[in-house]
Amino acid sequence: MSVVKHSIAKRSFDAVVVGAGGAGMRAAIQLAEAGLKVAVLSKVFPTRSHTVAAQGGIGAALGNMEEDNWHWHMFDTVKGSDYLGDQDAIEFMCRMAPQAVYELEHFGMPFDRNADGTLYQRPFGGHLSQFGQGKPVRRSCAAADRTGHAMLHTLYQRNVRQGTHFFVEWLALDLIRDQHGDVLGVVALEMETGEAMIFQAKATVLATGGAGRIFESSTNAFINTGDGLGMVARAGIPLEDMEFWQFHPTGVAGAGVLITEGVRGEGGYLVNANGERFMERYAPNAKDLASRDVVSRSMDQEIKEGRGCGPHKDHVLLKLEHLGPELINSKLPSIREIAIKFANVDPIKEPIPVVPTCHYMMGGIPANYYGQVVAQKDGNANAPVPGLYAAGECACVSVHGANRLGTNSLVDLLVFGRAAGEHVVETIKREPRAHKELPANAADRALSRLARLEGGSGGEQVAQVASDMRKTIQKHCGVFRTGTLLAEGVSKIREINARAQRTTIADKSKVFNTARIEALELENLAIVAEATVVSAEARKESRGAQAREDFKDRDDTNWLKHTLWYMQGSRLDYKEVNLKPLSVESFKPKARSY
Amino acid sequence: MKFRVYRYNPEKDAKPYMQDYDVPVADTDRMLLDAIVKLKALDDTLSFRRSCREGVCGSDAMNINGKNGLACITNLRELKEPVVLRPLPGLPVIRDLIVDMTQFFKQYHSIKPYVVDDRPLPEKERKQSPTERAELEGLYECILCACCTTSCPSFWWNPDKFVGPAGLLQAYRFIADSRDQVTAERLDNLEDPYRLFRCHTIMNCVDVCPKGLNPSLAISKIKELMVKRTV
Repeated sequence: MSVVKHSIAKRSFDAVVVGAGGAGMRAAIQLAEAGLKVAVLSKVFPTRSHTVAAQGGIGAALGNMEEDNWHWHMFDTVKGSDYLGDQDAIEFMCRMAPQAVYELEHFGMPFDRNADGTLYQRPFGGHLSQFGQGKPVRRSCAAADRTGHAMLHTLYQRNVRQGTHFFVEWLALDLIRDQHGDVLGVVALEMETGEAMIFQAKATVLATGGAGRIFESSTNAFINTGDGLGMVARAGIPLEDMEFWQFHPTGVAGAGVLITEGVRGEGGYLVNANGERFMERYAPNAKDLASRDVVSRSMDQEIKEGRGCGPHKDHVLLKLEHLGPELINSKLPSIREIAIKFANVDPIKEPIPVVPTCHYMMGGIPANYYGQVVAQKDGNANAPVPGLYAAGECACVSVHGANRLGTNSLVDLLVFGRAAGEHVVETIKREPRAHKELPANAADRALSRLARLEGGSGGEQVAQVASDMRKTIQKHCGVFRTGTLLAEGVSKIREINARAQRTTIADKSKVFNTARIEALELENLAIVAEATVVSAEARKESRGAQAREDFKDRDDTNWLKHTLWYMQGSRLDYKEVNLKPLSVESFKPKARSY
Repeated sequence: MKFRVYRYNPEKDAKPYMQDYDVPVADTDRMLLDAIVKLKALDDTLSFRRSCREGVCGSDAMNINGKNGLACITNLRELKEPVVLRPLPGLPVIRDLIVDMTQFFKQYHSIKPYVVDDRPLPEKERKQSPTERAELEGLYECILCACCTTSCPSFWWNPDKFVGPAGLLQAYRFIADSRDQVTAERLDNLEDPYRLFRCHTIMNCVDVCPKGLNPSLAISKIKELMVKRTV
């Protein structure tokens, strides 16, 4: 496509944040407080971002309930990651976690409280005392089972106080990169007018969230379409560890809606068709509070061996009746609401039917613990990409490695959203400079994507291709994976990805054309889907959330490394895991049991 | 299943019209949103907002058979056919089921929706007792979907002057927070013939809130505080 020279508007900012969930809004607070000129782009009104759906809590070793410290939190996170997490970043996150939580309280977060007025904390899967040797520790700070909602609104409120400039219902299309590889901003589409605009920026912070919509059965919102991942992949930056997707043990069977692990934290447990509390067999110490990959696999195993519940023996049951109405109504009110609405059961009287459901993307845009996006350059596997940052679920720092612990997602948003904002502020203060010149073709890629949809007819329907993609990923890249299934998945998904890049929409109008938005989102989703299945097929081992029936064991000799997938040629590369923390001794990989 | 949907595209329609659809619905389609998503697969020109599909993000508020609600937690089986879908009343329509919420958020912002406490901050958390925290129940859970405010006749007549039930519920959320230090200013901000006192306790807000909240009660508590400080 020739250069589209028709006029495109441009605005310039010190920093542009793409995405207004937890990470984006935490970064924005830092940037706006420092007096920088900042624009926050979001394809939905900020409080509609998917952080809103987080339920159980924010992990931080405050020690409000019993002895706890960040070293234990760090160990749990490293072990939870099945040793694929980078230990410098994990140390940074766990050390900063308490401060991040206190700051959120200072912003006005309505946390639950203890009798002495301190923050209440509840147990969560994989969080233990004494470097994994002790009892479960209460580390999750919560606002009932609406922690994400309370946190997202609090962060928005703080931004309102700060006067942050939001661009609401703008979809970012593509990064602007010059010939040196520097990122100079983004091109974005205003949904209401259908017009595109250049956002020139000295720093671009991607906080675009996950892409769980590549799966058929997912706890994720419709908006989780991996837009940031599509943007960086098209710009020649790799995606890291995309084979690792977390299946949350307790999605409502059939509906996919999340039931927080906090239910098990408060004393709920899983049973099979025989009424047996089967997690006692799989994880004698932590039982139902083992990490999510372990619990999800155990549930799948029970179902596979014929001990599933219901007429089709296709789910297990989450029991919480024994907790009593008072606790359920005060600590788990939304869970009760969800169970009644989506499963037709009142958990005060009956158990909830649940199945492992795609929930979280451990992989993403390679970043370091300052939030800088990193890529291979001149022999350095982790060279920062000038001007580009990523934080939150879209980033792979990697603090979650092959499996994320519950409560570590929200703390990740706060710690790394803040860190990215802080690094941008310091960089701009240290090296004040004018905007770099935009290349003549700055908007070409974005505009040609729009032009394709504006013209065109006779191509496939977006909904059809999207449905084929979700079914294929679900079948070929689920909880248990095999070489044959994955190899078939690779060829199918490659074909689907190609189809996704040539869909046709009937609606050619400009004003709030959501058909066009969905077509653009599908292009991003299909890229994420291809990265996922290609990376999973290549990794010949089982680690964390990747469980291969043909390679049942973890293989540290050959596979203790991060996957890097490049869109260009669908090529794979690898880089070392950072086993060296910032200040403490390294946790060496060892066998993992709960 | 039969649907009658409000359609308006400013680029081609001189005025809005209602369009009839027959959507094949499966047993697995539980909620109204499931059917609307299917409808869009049949006709991609229909525009509406949606995201979380579990009633926490507040995107898919619309007028369903005459009553405001969230499509994602409205049980399909309980709806009378044809299901009549219209945009939220009282706000300008941008297109189809999408309304311009600028005025709604302007009112929300006008109540200063954040805790103000300019005292020096402690190293750790500020203390708040469970009883003080309990004062926020039924208030902080608001998802800003605008079902309540756009069902309120007082807001329809004075959207620029009356804060509306959602904004007032949040006004009380911050008044009720033991950490907030500016109750007097918050009351001053509402001491006005329109901002607060246009509420005539019609109670539509309570009737439609998809989260079961009670803005009317919060409004009466603000009014009580107003009375208390004058005596």
